Amino acid sequence: MRKRSAKPPLALPCRPVKPAPFEYHAPATTADALAVLAEHGDEAKPLAGGQSLVPMLALRLTRFGHLVDLNRVPELAGIERHNGTVTVGTMTRQADLERSPDAAAVPLLGLATPLIGHFQIRNRGTVGGSIAHADPAGELPAVVLTLDAQLDIASASGTRTVSASEFFEGTWTTVVGDDELLTAVHFPVWADGAGFAVDEVARRLGDFALVGVVCGVELDGSSKVTRAAIGLLGMGGTPLRAAAAEQALVGTAPTDDELTEIGRLAVADLDPPADIHASTEYRSSVGAHVVKRALRTALERAGG
Amino acid sequence: MATSGSILGNPVRRVEDPRILAGEAKYFDDLEPTGCAHVVFVRSTMAHAKITGVDIGEAASMPGVLAVHTKDTLALEPVAGMMAPPAFSRPPLADGVVRFVGDIIAVVVAETRAQAVDAAEMVVVDYDPLPVVVDAEAALKDGAPLLFPDHGSNVAVDFVTMGATADPTILDGAEVVVSGRFVNQRLAPVPMEPNGILVEPGDTVTITVPTQGPHGVRDPLAPVLGLEPDKVRVIAPAVGGGFGAKTGAYVEHIVAAVLAQQLGRPVKWTETRSENMVSMVHGRGQIQDVDLALTKDGMFQAVRCKVTQDAGAYSQIGAFLPFLTRTMAHGVYEFPKVELTAISAVTNTTPTGAYRGAGRPEAAAFLERIIDMAADEIGMDPIEIRKKNFIPPDKFPYSTTTFANYDVGEYAKSLDEAVRVAGYDQLRADQKARRESGDVKQLGIGVAAYVEITSGGMFQEFGSVEVKPDGSAVATVGTSAHGQGHETTFTMIVSDLLGIPMDKITLVQSDTAVVPRGSGTMGSRSLQIGGSAIYRASEGVLEKAKVLAAHLLEANVDDIVLHDGGKVGVAGVPASALTWGELAEAAEDASRRPDDWEGKLAAELDFNQGEATFPFGAHIAVVEVDMETGRVELIRHVAVDDCGKVLNPLIVQGQQHGGIAQGVAQAMYEGVVYDEDGNPLTANLMDYAMPSAAEFPSFEASNTETPTPLNPLGAKGIGESGTIGSTPAVQNAVVDALSHLGVRHLDMPFTSERVWRAIRDATPA
Amino acid sequence: MDVSVTVNGQPQRHDVEPRTLLVQFLRESCDLTGTKVGCDTSSCGACTVLVDGESVKSCTMLAAQADGSSITTIEGLAQGGLQHPVQQAFAEHHGLQCGYCTSGMVLAAVSFLDENPNPTEADVRLGLEGNLCRCTGYHNIVQAVLAAARSR
Repeated sequence: MRKRSAKPPLALPCRPVKPAPFEYHAPATTADALAVLAEHGDEAKPLAGGQSLVPMLALRLTRFGHLVDLNRVPELAGIERHNGTVTVGTMTRQADLERSPDAAAVPLLGLATPLIGHFQIRNRGTVGGSIAHADPAGELPAVVLTLDAQLDIASASGTRTVSASEFFEGTWTTVVGDDELLTAVHFPVWADGAGFAVDEVARRLGDFALVGVVCGVELDGSSKVTRAAIGLLGMGGTPLRAAAAEQALVGTAPTDDELTEIGRLAVADLDPPADIHASTEYRSSVGAHVVKRALRTALERAGG
Repeated sequence: MATSGSILGNPVRRVEDPRILAGEAKYFDDLEPTGCAHVVFVRSTMAHAKITGVDIGEAASMPGVLAVHTKDTLALEPVAGMMAPPAFSRPPLADGVVRFVGDIIAVVVAETRAQAVDAAEMVVVDYDPLPVVVDAEAALKDGAPLLFPDHGSNVAVDFVTMGATADPTILDGAEVVVSGRFVNQRLAPVPMEPNGILVEPGDTVTITVPTQGPHGVRDPLAPVLGLEPDKVRVIAPAVGGGFGAKTGAYVEHIVAAVLAQQLGRPVKWTETRSENMVSMVHGRGQIQDVDLALTKDGMFQAVRCKVTQDAGAYSQIGAFLPFLTRTMAHGVYEFPKVELTAISAVTNTTPTGAYRGAGRPEAAAFLERIIDMAADEIGMDPIEIRKKNFIPPDKFPYSTTTFANYDVGEYAKSLDEAVRVAGYDQLRADQKARRESGDVKQLGIGVAAYVEITSGGMFQEFGSVEVKPDGSAVATVGTSAHGQGHETTFTMIVSDLLGIPMDKITLVQSDTAVVPRGSGTMGSRSLQIGGSAIYRASEGVLEKAKVLAAHLLEANVDDIVLHDGGKVGVAGVPASALTWGELAEAAEDASRRPDDWEGKLAAELDFNQGEATFPFGAHIAVVEVDMETGRVELIRHVAVDDCGKVLNPLIVQGQQHGGIAQGVAQAMYEGVVYDEDGNPLTANLMDYAMPSAAEFPSFEASNTETPTPLNPLGAKGIGESGTIGSTPAVQNAVVDALSHLGVRHLDMPFTSERVWRAIRDATPA
Repeated sequence: MDVSVTVNGQPQRHDVEPRTLLVQFLRESCDLTGTKVGCDTSSCGACTVLVDGESVKSCTMLAAQADGSSITTIEGLAQGGLQHPVQQAFAEHHGLQCGYCTSGMVLAAVSFLDENPNPTEADVRLGLEGNLCRCTGYHNIVQAVLAAARSR
């Protein structure tokens, strides 16, 4: 067995902290950024907040010939509310999302964002970076999927918009091509009085969730659920929707026992991953409890 | 000392802090002498393999590279372990075989760190994999892969044949026997500053290294460099924590020192965290098979523990630590019979060594766990069963059957205080209410009483005090603080004895050029041994000052006293008393001092305590267990630790807090994990779950004070007590939270999944 | 490439490789070694500094990205020779032992208190979750931050 010492197993980066050399690009406009990406293809990597990418580069778990720093492209950041939609620019800092009155129209953003990393990380980390990184245990990808957000993806040849259900392809992979950028995300605003909740179990606060749920419910005048969305994180290769559980919830005013049943239904057909922190079995069983708890909270917040 | 108005016993703020808080304290990596080259190690990515080839050609030709070596070009003597067979010695650069992930295959030295990393990447290693053993019990089985086939077994140290002969009848006549198998898991010490070294060659080689004892680095390095010890100056600068793991010379230190000597220029090695997680020693790593014999009314008859210690690859201090587990196997109890046998085995993992507590937490852990199992078995409260079996205060000094000689102990006093502070009865009532209501969050209350050994085996330390003509004083000591605040505590001692203000006293430590000898700071020895040396030296200076003052004032020496305000003169005549500056000046003036006067106004000595001290205490932990998710939260932790006389409560409580946190971390979060191929799965701080502030409550730490008669300060060690008491308290609390389900034991750490499984398996579906 | 920043009020301009991390720039180019490196996974927070007033782990940022910014490190926190109230509180409450995490911890606390002037103990503990300390058990750090909040 012949091994270049540069290629240790992923978990064994017993090496000093210095990224491999790269060429640094700092475009000032989206068009310029896309031009660099078009020129260098998979040799180039967009650098957003860098909270995942920079440590991976420093440990040489990944390397690129070209880094395209998006931090000097002002047009990529910002939060706007139009009618029923909150549009968040890809380079919007997570900390700004937490503080934004416009983003408050999408309560799940305010509930999920504080669970991302630590506050220093959220000061740098961006909304688009987190979504495009597509960690299956990430909070924002789960929110995107749960709210059926629309995502703008630009390339030198134009912009396309995809829906959340098409966006995530697998662990750390999305439909965004090597020459493309996720530029903005459109989150739909739910009706007044909707209730939302996020719940997760993590090893330590700030760690990636072992299992987590983000959810929203709308009620009719009584306490009957008219709309429900349940997203799971840490339960598969991508964030997941619990469609059967959502269907079972709509039209009911669930008792605690029924919520327990809906929790079970949410994880019934899943085969969550196993790692050193949690087994498949644990994620399934505890996932059901976490769904139940989050729904209970969301229903309370919805005035149910 | 400790007269009215004494500074001792007061919460004096640390004199170390201003420079640290200003960012001015220099840690070794903050120093970068001109022309400094950088060392990077090429480490094994396989746990056990033959190395059939190492191609350094491309690496050697990379920009900035000064040298690339394997054992073929840098032959270094293997480093022998403590008490271990010579065959288990570690070659600094692997000699044909690598035995753990992180073992060193080659070394690159280059102009810059980045260039060294770039070149290290280009070293190509050919491996021929060998069978791997990562578990110490598996390593002892017939047919296990052998790390050193020529030796014929993986046994590093066998404590069965070292006087601790097994007695097959030890449990005979027992009314009740409870048995348990406990895993005291492997931990990573994780000082916030990783390892490293800066070596500056010259007529005297100057070595700046993050260590707990510079003399302990110098002594093994000097012969490797072919130098007398006085030609090797080792300095411990500001050091970012050690916890036992920064002792002695690491093989990396040896390689870097030799490279600096060869290249004739400064060389630095700075360990990264992910490197640290595989190359710095790990702690704990015991499997314990325990039996406790007792009567039906809870009187202990005998305890037996068989320890299997994981030594890691190459035998280092870890292999020896069961010796300390045995020393403390008696705990705070009157056992008629105690037996601890142990075998240490090498495995294809990072070598184990000392980590906060080092062998003693393992003793408290198995005792306190098996006692709770016994209390459950006979239906007795855990407080009651402990108090029934405590060694009573009138039996001290108390010699145990495991060869410890306990100095003092009032074990019920600290436990009673912990019970009072915790509000134990109310906690039990709350627990009962939650059980009855089927609360999703169940309460667990865990109790642990412990005794430990401090300054064990290292009873002697150098200390000196000199008063200067400007009235200032310099104290020099052989211990070496790295966060313990000795500049504060030790100058408090001098100030208290001599009446010199603290800001005019300097503590010299951590530099072999100015401290003639020293054993360093480890084993909770510093205040009691080093501090006592400073105490005795201060007394010596005061005696000399009295002689001098008597001479100058033409008085009888017996009439000379230290006046308030720090002057020395005739009792009742403060007006004629002499300042320390005047005395020091006179001491250097042949015309003024007595004819038989020798030297300066100074004293130096080696204080020898002769034996160890045995601090003790009691901890009560309160946890909430989420019965649906298995998540455990520590909601309270009460610690009553007795380290004898408390000199600076601020610092003592700081030691308690830090110790508690590390002990809780073992119980709840941390554990080094390897896969079956010997790959470490926890080799960074994302996967190794060292807790943050968000994982802890504030601690309720206090003290009882039972002074030891063994030193003039009455002080015992406090550095490790918190760790020793807290782990079993938390472990017992979590088991207690589930005891109504029939759960009797759970191993650590309490991951949500482990606890969830216990609940699931205990609850009928 | 040239990187120009203002560090603790002083202009700093250095020619560095693009791959240089901000923490390396501060320590090696600016010779400001008060900022420490404790890990390589952005877990420990020892390298926390303020970039344009916000706390950032300087191991997760390229020096190039900081070009044009204003940076505060532990060396620049004191004003006119007087310690910052957070520094004072750490000394008063014994919030440090070995000191290696301290500069990052103090800067994280400064930034935290800017956004949470009246925190509860739980807020402080949550706010400091990105900074690891091995010595203090966090007890006195939390006390120090609460005291600093009261003194503002």
